[in-house]
Amino acid sequence: MKIVIVGCGRVGASAAEVWDRAGHEVVILDIVTRAFERLPSTFRGSAIRGDGTDEDVLRRAGVEGADVFLALTEGDNRNIMAAQVAAEALGIGNVIAKINDPLRATAYAEIGITTVCRTGLMLDAVSAQIGLPPSGLPSLLASTGHHHPGGDHDLPDGEPTIPTTGSETRPNSDVAAPGAAVEA
Amino acid sequence: MFVLVVGGGKVGYYLAKELIDAGHEVALMEKDPTRARQIADEIGSIVIPHDGCEGKYLGEAGCNRADVVAAVTGDDEDNLVICQMAKHHFDVPRTIARVNNPKNEVLFRHLGVDEQVSPTRMILASVEQDIPVHELLHLAALGEGELEIIEAHLQAGSPAIGRAPRDLDMPEGCSLFAVIRDGVATPLRPDSILHEGDKVIAIGKQECEDLLHGQLIGDPEAAVPG
Repeated sequence: MKIVIVGCGRVGASAAEVWDRAGHEVVILDIVTRAFERLPSTFRGSAIRGDGTDEDVLRRAGVEGADVFLALTEGDNRNIMAAQVAAEALGIGNVIAKINDPLRATAYAEIGITTVCRTGLMLDAVSAQIGLPPSGLPSLLASTGHHHPGGDHDLPDGEPTIPTTGSETRPNSDVAAPGAAVEA
Repeated sequence: MFVLVVGGGKVGYYLAKELIDAGHEVALMEKDPTRARQIADEIGSIVIPHDGCEGKYLGEAGCNRADVVAAVTGDDEDNLVICQMAKHHFDVPRTIARVNNPKNEVLFRHLGVDEQVSPTRMILASVEQDIPVHELLHLAALGEGELEIIEAHLQAGSPAIGRAPRDLDMPEGCSLFAVIRDGVATPLRPDSILHEGDKVIAIGKQECEDLLHGQLIGDPEAAVPG
């Protein structure tokens, strides 16, 4: 698979390392070159300095034709915007954004972006550990609608849409939350 | 009208002030508490000292009953999210975003923001109108911005000089409709011969610009001797 990751923090760098080692084609972007120090010296993918919300930067980085696009920077809104640029302008089908605000995570899943919310993930992991029920907050929400937020606007022909990966919100208990997804 | 302004920088501050003077109900969200207090001291207790990107605080600010939400922070991604949350989560009828990177105008339109205001684009347009360059001038955008009225100043080297519109290879969806010569504007007929110094007014889609440039301006290098 060709996988694009925006944001080379702990999660982004770990994902890049694991999937590169597994033989996938990985492109990772960050606005700070030093962030790439988190990558191992064995990393064979591309590490590109640039703003992942900028369509031109993404094109230059060669992200077109990617199978998966992950927006994992520390800013919810940057992730939301990067994800929408990837879906809308670059036609990437499988787009996931990290959104830590539960309300925004729910809202964007409704308009077609799969969202992963650390707030819910961590809380549920901790709750399970101490024997309390899940929080009910979103953790991983599959997109529940086509990405067509500008409903009444005319869109150009061939406007990319995201295939919905699931029509309902997954209950928290169903999420196979691997330890790696939870940032310490 | 109830207007929710998000972002208490210079733009948000003066916008709120003007709206209040015009008799509208205004709430202003500013996440920096010091700045929020400062604004409240000057224009009264309409300031909500919270981040307008957080759904919870948008709700508390009364977003669900706002007629207009104007997102005027200095960050495009924040303005996008504020407008989308207002639109999709709070059913606000009209959302306006300040867009700093002019390239984001089209994207924001696609993503459902009702209006995009790009100060960069506006200043650029003013600058271009004052400088005689071998470029096309953007005079106005029509409709939702897909169509533009463009002026081309025909200077030495333009392939259009001595020819008529019907002899030019006009891009589809683009037409030349007037010529300004010696300060007088006249409608352009298919057989009107174009002269050096003419200003040709065209209307067309943004995508036509490159082709239009080739037909009316030509290769700018060719006009420079040597």
